[in-house]
Amino acid sequence: MMLRRLFPHPLLTIVLAIVWVMLVNTLTINAVVFGLGVGLVIPLITAPYWPGRPRLRHPVRIAEYILIVLWDIVVANVQVAGIVLFKRNADIRPAFISIPLELRTPEAITVLAGTITMTPGTVSSDVARDGRSLLVHCLDAPDPDAVTRQIKARYERRLKEIFE
Amino acid sequence: METAAEIVIALLLVVSGVFGLVGSYGLIKLSDPMMRLHAPTKATTLGVGGVLIASMLYFLVFGGAPSFHELMITLFLFLTAPVSAHFVAKAFLHRNIRREEVVPARHGSVWAGYSPAEDAPATGEADDRVE
Repeated sequence: MMLRRLFPHPLLTIVLAIVWVMLVNTLTINAVVFGLGVGLVIPLITAPYWPGRPRLRHPVRIAEYILIVLWDIVVANVQVAGIVLFKRNADIRPAFISIPLELRTPEAITVLAGTITMTPGTVSSDVARDGRSLLVHCLDAPDPDAVTRQIKARYERRLKEIFE
Repeated sequence: METAAEIVIALLLVVSGVFGLVGSYGLIKLSDPMMRLHAPTKATTLGVGGVLIASMLYFLVFGGAPSFHELMITLFLFLTAPVSAHFVAKAFLHRNIRREEVVPARHGSVWAGYSPAEDAPATGEADDRVE
């Protein structure tokens, strides 16, 4: 209980410490101690303003998700560069698609929307008022249903395991 | 060893330069604002990423100490790029495309950018539409 009050948000403490060490740019004991200090004080001060604390599970899954997204970003870059360079504007088929969401927590939906924006030919443009669908713009989507299926199978399923 | 590192760094810089160029070219070439949004959010990410990896390699081999600032730049880029793209897309939808023209949301809901003015609290949203 005492530990809980001292570290209201252990994950934030760790992230802040790592960010501090990276900003200082030297891995010395001074930087680590000061980073932990920063990570201790900031969560305590900002605690009243948090809307909620998302629970994260499966650290291995998170690492897997990050690697998959990084790889997809590389692929996305090559694909988009190919479309920009080699397709005539008349041949590109842009489309808005509406993706039904199974995710419920706002944090998970935010991560999904961010992922969609960073990956192959898609930008998330709007979210429904009830938070149960996402408006996505595709740069070149001859088959919108395939894009929906891919996003749900590749990203949403993994995020559901991590966040919910 | 140092020659090999130099070659890799030079390659990374050239590749990222090419992607940056393609991203900028996409801004000119693509025909509508929503499509143009795709060019900077992607082609440029790899462009910036390549430069950052090259920089980390350079400081690791020639600078004598590893540098972490590049990882921070990546983190901030990944946090800000989707948010700004989302804002631009939302503003474009709000001002240029009527609600009936967009694919409908599921479960009979409406897109947040098109919230009906009458049941939204007075936040000046209605004023934005006047033009």
